[in-house]
Amino acid sequence: MRYLPKSPAERQDMLAAIGAKSIDDLFSSIPERYRLQEALKLPGPLSETEVIDFFKARAAENSGGYTSFLGAGVYHHLRSVVTDAIIQRGEFLTSYTPYQAEITQGTLQAIFEFQTLMCQLTGQEVANASMYDGSTATTEAVLMAERLTGRTRILVARSLHPEYRDVLKTYAKNSGLHVEEIAYSANGTLDQKAFESALKDDVAAVVVQSPNFFGVIESLAPLRDAAHSSGALLVTAITEGVSLGLLTPPAEADIVAMEAQSFGLAPSYGGPFAGVIASRDKFVRQMPGRLAGQTTDSEGRRGFVLTLATREQHIRREKATSNICTNQALCALAATVHLTLLGKEGLGEVARQNLSKAKFALAELENIPGVRRAFDAPFFNEFTVELPRSVKIVNAYLQREKIIGPFVLGTAYPELTKHALVCVTETTPRAEIERFAAAVRRALEQPV
Amino acid sequence: MTDKIKKATRHTNQNEGLIFEKSSPGKRAFELPPLDVPAADPAKALGASYRQKGVEGFPEVSEIEVIRHFTRLSTWNYAIDLGMYPLGSCTMKYNPRVNEFVARLDGLATEHPYQSQELSQGCLKILQLLEKCLLEITGMDAVTLQPAAGAQGELTGLLLIRAYHERNGNPRKKVVIPDSAHGTNPATAVIAGYEVENIKSESHGQIDVDKLRDLVTPDVAALMITNPSTLGIFEERIPEIAEILHAQGALLYMDGANMNALTGITRPGDLGVDVMHLNLHKTFSTPHGGGGPGAGPVAMKKILEPFRPVPILVEKEAGRLALEQIRPHSIGRVKAFSGNFGVLVRALAYILAYGPGVRQATEDAVLNANYIRKHLEGIFDLPYSLPSMHEVVFSDALQKKNGVNTMDIAKRLIDYGFHPYTTAFPLIVPGALMIEPTESESREECDLFIDAMRSIAEEAATNPELVRTAPHTTRVRRLDEVGAARKPILRWKPQASRTEAAD
Amino acid sequence: MAYPANYRYTKEHEWVDLKGDLAAIGITDYAQHELGDVVFVELPKVGSKIEAGKTFGTVESVKAVSDIYAPASGEVVEANEVLHNTPEKINTDPHGAGWLIKVRLANPSEVSGLMDTAAYEAYIASQSKEASA
Repeated sequence: MRYLPKSPAERQDMLAAIGAKSIDDLFSSIPERYRLQEALKLPGPLSETEVIDFFKARAAENSGGYTSFLGAGVYHHLRSVVTDAIIQRGEFLTSYTPYQAEITQGTLQAIFEFQTLMCQLTGQEVANASMYDGSTATTEAVLMAERLTGRTRILVARSLHPEYRDVLKTYAKNSGLHVEEIAYSANGTLDQKAFESALKDDVAAVVVQSPNFFGVIESLAPLRDAAHSSGALLVTAITEGVSLGLLTPPAEADIVAMEAQSFGLAPSYGGPFAGVIASRDKFVRQMPGRLAGQTTDSEGRRGFVLTLATREQHIRREKATSNICTNQALCALAATVHLTLLGKEGLGEVARQNLSKAKFALAELENIPGVRRAFDAPFFNEFTVELPRSVKIVNAYLQREKIIGPFVLGTAYPELTKHALVCVTETTPRAEIERFAAAVRRALEQPV
Repeated sequence: MTDKIKKATRHTNQNEGLIFEKSSPGKRAFELPPLDVPAADPAKALGASYRQKGVEGFPEVSEIEVIRHFTRLSTWNYAIDLGMYPLGSCTMKYNPRVNEFVARLDGLATEHPYQSQELSQGCLKILQLLEKCLLEITGMDAVTLQPAAGAQGELTGLLLIRAYHERNGNPRKKVVIPDSAHGTNPATAVIAGYEVENIKSESHGQIDVDKLRDLVTPDVAALMITNPSTLGIFEERIPEIAEILHAQGALLYMDGANMNALTGITRPGDLGVDVMHLNLHKTFSTPHGGGGPGAGPVAMKKILEPFRPVPILVEKEAGRLALEQIRPHSIGRVKAFSGNFGVLVRALAYILAYGPGVRQATEDAVLNANYIRKHLEGIFDLPYSLPSMHEVVFSDALQKKNGVNTMDIAKRLIDYGFHPYTTAFPLIVPGALMIEPTESESREECDLFIDAMRSIAEEAATNPELVRTAPHTTRVRRLDEVGAARKPILRWKPQASRTEAAD
Repeated sequence: MAYPANYRYTKEHEWVDLKGDLAAIGITDYAQHELGDVVFVELPKVGSKIEAGKTFGTVESVKAVSDIYAPASGEVVEANEVLHNTPEKINTDPHGAGWLIKVRLANPSEVSGLMDTAAYEAYIASQSKEASA
C-alpha cells in the first residue's frame, strides 16, 4: 500500500527485534472473541486515479454550470490561486498545533497576523485564533457574556441566522441559559421597543447580526446604549465579513462573533470555515479559543507563542472557558493570505462591487410587475424581495434555466410566505444578473 | 554570520517581519475584473454605516511580497512532510495529497449548502458512503457527521446521552471520567451540564473496575473511556465495564482518539460501547493544518439514534438522497450546515484508498510503537509495563536524577531533527514521554528516532546542561512564556513596529 | 526562605498573619515554588465574604492554575491591587509584598487551629519526601 513505508522483509525484521512471532502477538491484549476474523467490508482499495475518478463522478452530480444567487451565511467570492499555493505548502498543511514554539514560528506569526487583521476589521482590541465557524463562535460569545455578567437571560434577534439560533439553543439548554427572541420591525431592523421592554437587569447579552439575515444593516449604537444601561453586553454576529470593507466596524459591540468564510474559503457544501471572536482587552481572560502572543526568546529575538493557555481545556479541564481544542487554523491561514492579497484597497473594491451589483440586481427585479422590495433599510450584498407567488415555484423554474435561485425565507420565517433573500457578489457577471431577472419575470408569467 | 548580514541566519532560513511592517500605501496584490454595472454611491446607499477610510492598518503589499512572506514563514515550521511526529494520541500520519486534490474539485468545493438537494446528490452520496464506512469500522448503528472536531464530537455524544436519559425520565447528574483522560473530556462534561466524578486509575494505569462498581449509581449518566487508554494500553475489561454501567442504566462513551490501534482489528460497538467520537484529523489522515480544521463524527447504538443532530441523511425512492430537518427528539444542531464537508471528503478518500486493507495500517502503527518501546526500555523509565498498542508512555524518572526533565529531552530532540513527543500528559504519569509513531514511519525513521533518544539519554547523564538549554539550532531559542502571559501582546499595533524584528 | 514565626499555615499552603481581628493572607514560599512564575492573580472584590475551606481566588502560572482556599471566614477589606501589574511579587516575596488579601475575620479563633511554623515546616518536608519517593 503506497502510504505504508515498509517492505514485508522489514516487518519481519522488526517483529523479530521485538521478539514477537507474528503481528497477532502484539494484539494479544484484545480478548480473542472481539478480534475480527475477516476484513472490514469497505469499498476499495482504489488507486490514486480511481480515487480521483470517484470524486469527479460525484462532482458531476452536483450543480456544475449553474449561476447562484444564494448567500444566507455562505458566500461565493473570488479566490486567488495564491491562497492555495500557500496553504498547500506541506510546512503549513501538515504541521501540528504550535505547542512547540521554536519549530512552529511560521504558524504562530501567521496566527498573530490573523488576530491583528480581525481586530482591524471589527474595530475590537483582541481577537482569537479561530473557532469552528460563525454559529459556534456566536454561541461561545454568548457563553462568554454569561461568564462576564453572571447572568443567564439572553435576548436574541430573530433576524440572527436561523441555524446560528438553533446551535445556540442546543448549547443553551444545558448551560441553564434562557434564550428569548426579539422581533424585527417593519423595516427589517431589530424592534428597539420590543428589545427595551424585554431588557431587565437579568440579561447577560443581546445578540444582533449585522447585516442581518434579511440583508439589513443594523444600527448598533442605540442597542449598545440600551444594553449597557441594564448591565447587559452587546454581542454582534457577522456572517458576511466582506461587508466590513464598506461598513463601519462594530466597535460598539462588547463581543463580535464573525464567520470568516468570505475571506478566501470555498463554500464547500458548508465547511470547513472559520469563526472568530473579537472583544475588549479587559475581557480576554474569559475569551475561549487559542491566542498567539508576541514575546522574546532567551537571546532577545522577537518570537510568538500560544499564551493565556490557562483558560483552555488542557490546563483548566472542567473549569475551562470552552472545550475547544482543534480549531480551524488552516482556514484562518487561508483568510490571512486572502486578506493580505486584497489589502486595504482590494477589500474596499470588492465590497464596492458587491454593493453595486446588488443594487443593480434589485433595480432589475423591481422592474418586474408584482415584485417589490421588502424592508426599506440600507443593505450590503443581500436584500429581500417579495414576489407575487411562491418563491419555491419560481426557483424550480430558475433551476431549469441553470440558475440557483434566492433563499426561500418562508422556510425559516413562516410569516414571510413569498419573500426571497437575494445575494449578489462580485462573482456574478452583469449578463447573468440580467438573465436572472429575465428568468424571474418569465417564471412569474407562467400559468399558475 | 556577522551583524552586517541581516537578511538571513542560514542560507535556507530567511528572516521575515510582520506583513504590516512591509506595508506601504498604494501597493496591492490582487486586482478584480472591472465593474460591469453602474457603480453605487456608498455614502448614499449606506449613510452613517459607510466606512469612508477603508480598514485602518490593513496591509498594502504586492503579490510577490505575499508569496515571499508566507513562504518564508512556512520554512520556519516543522511538518509531517519533513519528518516524524512522535506525538502520543495525535496520530500524526501522512496526509495523502490526492485528498487535497479531490476536496478542491469544481463541483465539490463550489457547492452551497442551501442549493436544492436535487443539485447536491453528489455531495449527499459522499456523506452517505462515509457514514456507511464509519459504521462498518466502529460496529455501530448510526452516525452523525456534523461535529467539527473531537471536542465537539464529545459534546454531541454527551448531549445524546443526556437526551436519552431525559426521555427515560431522569437526565442524571454525573459523568465518570478517569484521571488519565484528555482535558477535553471533563471540559465537555461540564458544558453538557454534568458534574465530573474523577476515578483514579489502578496500578497498571487501567480503569479500576472495583472502584467503578462503587461509583456507578443511578446518578451516573455515563463513563467516558479512552481505549486504548492514554497510556496506549488496551482496556481489557471494557466489556465488563460496559456491563456495570448498563446494569445501572448508564451508558459507555468512548473517546475515539486512539482508534489508530483498533481499526480493522476490533470494533468498539462489539465491545459494549454505546456512543463514541472519531477524530478524522487523527485516524483518518485529514491534515492538521497547524491546528485544524478537523472533524469529530459521532457513532452510536440504535438507542441513541432518535436523538441525532438534524439534518439527517435519508435515502428515498430510486436511490435519491435527502437531508431531513424534522426529527422530534433530535438534540438540535451543534453546528451550522452539515459539518466540515471538505474534511469529510478527505477522510472518505483515505478510506477508499485502503479499502478492506486498512487493517495493515493499524498493524504497522502497533508494530512501530512496539519496536520503539523495545529499543528504549531500560534507557527510559517505563512506569506501566502492560503491552503497548499504538503508543508507549515512558517517564523522565531516570533522567530527573541529573536535573533533566521530559520538557528538556523534548527540546533537545528538536536539535536532532524531530518534533517532540507529547510531554507532561497523561497527568497520571509525572514527567511523561508519550510516543506514538503511527504507521507512516519507515523503519529508517524509527531507527533514527531511537538513536536520537538514546543519544539524548546519554547526554542527560554526561552533559545535562546541553539538554537543559536546548534547542540550540532553531531560529528562536526557548521563548519567554511567562512574559507573554503577564503582559499579553496579542496583536500588532503601528507603534510596536519599532521593536526588534527577528534576527 | 524562612517561614515567619508569628504566621499560621494551612495544608493548602496559605499563610495567615493575624493582628487582632484583621488577617493578611497569602501563599507560602513552598506554594510559589511549586507553581512557578506567577503570571496572573484573581482576587475577590473588597466587601465580599470568604468562607473557611472554600476557594476565594486563583493564582496562575503559565502551565497551571491554583485555587486559593480561605483559612478562615470573614469580609475582604483590602485586595493587593499591585499584583495585577506585578504578579511576580508572589514569587520574590511571598510572605511579604506578595500578600493577597486582608480580611476582617468573623471568628479570629479559627486561626489558632492552623499549623504553626514548626508544624508547617515538618509538613512540607514530608510532602517533599513523598514527591521524590
